[in-house]
Amino acid sequence: MKLYDLSELAVRNLRQSLLRNSLTTLGISVGVASLVAMLALGIGLQQLASRRLKSSGLFDTVLVTSRRDLRSFNREQETNGPSAAESPVLDDHARAQFEKLTNVLEVYPDIRFVTELRYQDRPHLTMIAGLPFSAKNNDAFDNMQGSFFSSEMAHEVILQKTFAEELLGRKPAQGADEIGVSDLAKPLLGQELVMRYAERQEMPSGSDGASRTDEVFGSTYSVISHEEKLKIVGVSELDPDSLRGNARARVFLPVKLAQSLHVLQSGGIRDTTQAASNTPTYSTVSVRVRSPKDVEAIEDAIKKMGFNTFSIIDATRSMRQFFAILDLFLGIFGSLALAVASIGIVNTLVMALLERRREIGIMKALGASDVEVKKLFFAEAGVMGVMGGAVGVAMGWIIGHAINLGTNIYLRRLNFPPEQIWFVPWWLVAGAIVFAVIVSLVSGLYPAARAARLDPVQALRYE
Amino acid sequence: MSSSPLVPSNLAICTQDVCRHYRMGESVIRAVDGISLNIKSGEFVALLGSSGSGKSSLLNLIAGLDRPTSGTVIVHGRNLAQLSREELAQYRLRTVGMVFQSFNLIPSMTLIENVELPMRFAEVDRRERQELAREALAKVGLTARQQHRPVELSGGEQQRAALARALINRPKILLADEPTGNLDSHTGTEIMDLIGEFNQSLGMTVVMVTHERTLAERYARRMVSMADGKLAGDELNSGVAVGDALTGRSV
Repeated sequence: MKLYDLSELAVRNLRQSLLRNSLTTLGISVGVASLVAMLALGIGLQQLASRRLKSSGLFDTVLVTSRRDLRSFNREQETNGPSAAESPVLDDHARAQFEKLTNVLEVYPDIRFVTELRYQDRPHLTMIAGLPFSAKNNDAFDNMQGSFFSSEMAHEVILQKTFAEELLGRKPAQGADEIGVSDLAKPLLGQELVMRYAERQEMPSGSDGASRTDEVFGSTYSVISHEEKLKIVGVSELDPDSLRGNARARVFLPVKLAQSLHVLQSGGIRDTTQAASNTPTYSTVSVRVRSPKDVEAIEDAIKKMGFNTFSIIDATRSMRQFFAILDLFLGIFGSLALAVASIGIVNTLVMALLERRREIGIMKALGASDVEVKKLFFAEAGVMGVMGGAVGVAMGWIIGHAINLGTNIYLRRLNFPPEQIWFVPWWLVAGAIVFAVIVSLVSGLYPAARAARLDPVQALRYE
Repeated sequence: MSSSPLVPSNLAICTQDVCRHYRMGESVIRAVDGISLNIKSGEFVALLGSSGSGKSSLLNLIAGLDRPTSGTVIVHGRNLAQLSREELAQYRLRTVGMVFQSFNLIPSMTLIENVELPMRFAEVDRRERQELAREALAKVGLTARQQHRPVELSGGEQQRAALARALINRPKILLADEPTGNLDSHTGTEIMDLIGEFNQSLGMTVVMVTHERTLAERYARRMVSMADGKLAGDELNSGVAVGDALTGRSV
């Protein structure tokens, strides 16, 4: 029989006992719906988690620290390569080497220091960090009030929301609604901050007399107190630096500007006394790579050079493992309903077989082969699978939306921002329907085989 | 046509010592018990016998619906016992057409769909199928009833539709199992006239199972009687007025 004839006959047969077949199909739909809803929840949660991490802007970034810096991110020290004391210094030379690696977009020093900022003559102490100009496209600044730095050397700053609150002396009372960023930004944008910091100035060698170089081991510099006026251009709600925990900065300025200020960094003094070089060293260098999938390779290359590295890949390894297991279990639980539905299909088709014994006998007497009878039952199972799958995906989608809506109402009550915890990718839609059809066909195996084996003489005698 | 060289080529059906035994618990029922029968092409044979005589079982063996316990059934040179299930289905589809006492139309289908059904299995194109089915229904006088379902028709109309269906794939042999058993005598005569006409005009071999001797005498050229699964008689019927052209060949 041709495929068209086969499916037409199958649909016709299914319509013969419309209620029973509809109920069976509904069973498949519920199975598919539960599977879709479960997996969509798993995928949604995973996306929520990675969205949080993505907004840290570090998915495509490898942080490099010197092994000399025992405060680095990785608690476990690298066992391979040189020991801490023999490892290279993280300076401009190393930085240039990182830049030469393929798939590296930019390398910028991680400049951060604690210093005093004066706003309307009141001092505030905070951590300041340099921000690369490329961060402009970072998701973290999507909800920012004001604008990004106008140029790489602009004397401008972006404030983190909590620092803006501090400047304005507005702390939200416990339990009360948070103050909106726009309310905070309004009085601050365009205002001036005065940053007071310690500038590191290289001693012009030789100018101070020859005796100096003999006595002093390593480089020489002086520390000068300095002031810089900075304009507030933006207030950001999200914390783009959340990975750094306690050391996170609340004020950001363009990294090139930060470099040009030669602010004395915490590692500077120690390096000065230990290293024999006259160039400044960095505590951390950020290496931005072309795409997140290059991160691991770059990390390996840099590790080989004798540095410690850290990336979001490291941080999310256990998270990804968790979600793989979560998805697996959600899938298994979601499939349970489909397994029950498949029993329904077997039941329905066996019923149909008993009812249609005579019809099958007639068809065989007219020349239908075993294979054709088998195909007909498969087609009926398949049609139920397709219909059940399609309806199920729609149902799952509605259920998921309902769950999402309910969760968001709950979250809002607990003063959390609403979140998209549920996501249906197109492959899940297609996959669920295909899966439903496969399950249906497998369920049709036994009834179809039984129908095919039916003895036509017996079947025709059956009234 | 000559897979079996012992069988003369003008034979449509040749059974050689064919048996069909059923096991019913302890006892064995010998429904067909050593029947050897030759039926020539174009013959109209009536299989007579009381109920339980094994005539329907023999017909099922010839139809390829059942397989003999022993012996052979050779139809147009092919030994049915050697055919695979798939080949047997093809044989039923193309070589034989069947009509039954209870018509056996599929109730959920309209008449034209019922007549089309064997052509679906033969993978005939949809349009051609409908054309042929319409023609076939016209031949049995059911043009006006094409879109009706079997329950909306009289028994005679249903059996005419069943005949149209049996003949749609142009089989060489028509096998009829009590075709008038559920019909009044007037309608039964109509059906028998149609079968006789197909036998005459198309030269189709007809084997008809019946227990009505008078009916057999009116239409069949040869009457084979069965009792207890065995042959009980085989006589030529000279009283048949139609089909002189074939008489010479079959005798």
